[in-house]
Amino acid sequence: MADMSANRPEMLPWFARLQPGAVLVWTLLFLGGVVMVTPLVLMFSTSLKSAGQIYDLRFIPAEPTLNNYVRVLADGWFLRWFMNSMIVAVCVTVSNVFFDSLVGYTLAKFKFRGRYIIFIAILSTLMIPTEMLVIPWYLMSAQFGWLDTYWGIMFPGMMTAFGTFLMKQFFETVPDDFIEAARVDGMNEFMIWWKVAMPLVTPALSALAIFTFLGNWTAFFWPLIVTTSRDLYTLPVGLSSFAVEQSIQWEMIMTGAALATIPTLIVFLVLQRFIVRGVMLAGLKG
Amino acid sequence: MASSQHFTHPRMRGWDRLTIGQKRVIWAWGFLAVPILFYAIIRFYPTFTAFYLSFTDWNLLRSPEFIGTANYQRMFADAAFWQVFRNTFAYLIWGTPISLVIAFVISYYLDRVRLMHGFIRALYFLPFLTTAAAMAWVWRWFYQPVPIGFINGMLSSIGLPQQPFLRSTSQALPAIMVTAIWAGLGFQIIIFLAGLRAIPQTYYEAARVDGLGEWAILTRITLPLLRPTTVFLVVFSSIGFLRIFDQVYNMTTNDPGGPLNSTKPLVLMIYQSAFSSYDMGYAAAQTVVLFTILLIVSLIQLYLLRRR
Repeated sequence: MADMSANRPEMLPWFARLQPGAVLVWTLLFLGGVVMVTPLVLMFSTSLKSAGQIYDLRFIPAEPTLNNYVRVLADGWFLRWFMNSMIVAVCVTVSNVFFDSLVGYTLAKFKFRGRYIIFIAILSTLMIPTEMLVIPWYLMSAQFGWLDTYWGIMFPGMMTAFGTFLMKQFFETVPDDFIEAARVDGMNEFMIWWKVAMPLVTPALSALAIFTFLGNWTAFFWPLIVTTSRDLYTLPVGLSSFAVEQSIQWEMIMTGAALATIPTLIVFLVLQRFIVRGVMLAGLKG
Repeated sequence: MASSQHFTHPRMRGWDRLTIGQKRVIWAWGFLAVPILFYAIIRFYPTFTAFYLSFTDWNLLRSPEFIGTANYQRMFADAAFWQVFRNTFAYLIWGTPISLVIAFVISYYLDRVRLMHGFIRALYFLPFLTTAAAMAWVWRWFYQPVPIGFINGMLSSIGLPQQPFLRSTSQALPAIMVTAIWAGLGFQIIIFLAGLRAIPQTYYEAARVDGLGEWAILTRITLPLLRPTTVFLVVFSSIGFLRIFDQVYNMTTNDPGGPLNSTKPLVLMIYQSAFSSYDMGYAAAQTVVLFTILLIVSLIQLYLLRRR
């Protein structure tokens, strides 16, 4: 984003443009940002405090200890839930990246009767809230034995209308000449999509992947319904049940919450620019 | 299916005899086959099932019994339902405008800031990446009475009276709403920033040449041009608040939706009717109400976007 700001009319170094108003605005914005991360900071700092220290509200623990992490991780449940969440989120993301873009591409680049109806039908599912479908999904899962299975957690999200719409928007910007050229070269339609069209929409694919992964990583409502055995809990569901068991041991609850938060924060720090751009892209096109 | 079928001689058989157009149509339906099955079985069929179940009495043990509109009559006569209905709209009516105004003011100024722009933006965006269920517990801890709770600790250190927060029927809902606003703010800021960036600089330059002040530029150029972004965010966050669940469930586990149902949103009521009371028909009727509300919100969005 820095490259865009450089195009602004003011090209003077920042200190030459210092005005009291600007300093005030910057300070307020900065303080607001600090307030925004305070819950995260306090969560981490409390997770490093022993039970006796939690009444001390200092941001930096007097005697930091990793004991809580050792205790939380010792019985292995958190690792198990972490793994469950990872498996579910990765599988659903791969499925969405594959199917949403395949459908989006077909609807954008093939001309055939019924195309418009299919598009409207898929789009109309955006109007149906998940909450309305959970009861039928639950009955379906009970009938087919999908309760307490990975597939049971995953199946409702394997494709989404949002992703399909997003990808269709982007495939429409791919020039037909590229596809025609590949047809002349004798590539089959699947390979044209996979080898020619897909590489041209990688920004959209990464946006879709980020959104899908994050959505499934943090998903709570459906996993809470479909899983009853501790073995199959995802991280948010597991954390919730863990927190209820810990009752008033806040340092343990904060450690659990921190463990659920750390992976996404690491991913964010590594891919910051990518994620922000992806969110902008999906938000504006979607 | 294939519009160019008549070009092929009937006696010709096999893939190679098909025209290029026909082959493409077959590819297209091949690509769509699995997704069509998925949407039919996982989206459309359950939708109809939900509508049907809303007219039945069913506790999972016996087979569903058709009872007409009895579930709806029961719901509309249920004081608890109207309490939940009011709560759900309280989240929406306070949460959406408050979060959008804050998000807009922050992005409006952040857009002009260059010093540590990326860092400050990251501070605001970070909460969006957290798990609602996890952060609900952090906020729940904040709201505890002294000596545990952070906010009451701050209040007492500057000599202000203690607040009951989650233990009070009047403060619990706003307290939970703050958590939801906090979690969604980063997303709204990023989208507003993208919308602001998309406004061509020439518009501003022309306005300055014409001698327009900052306020006039904001109200006559920035806000009108930002309208699609704003409409999108209004609808997106409205739907989010109407479907609030994770925060409420986790912040009130000892008495879900409490105290005295004062924080219970529609989705939590659906969850309890279906998966605590196993009153599937009644729960389905509640989901139909949720569906109707969300449909109206979406239609308002379409209407607002059309008018341009």
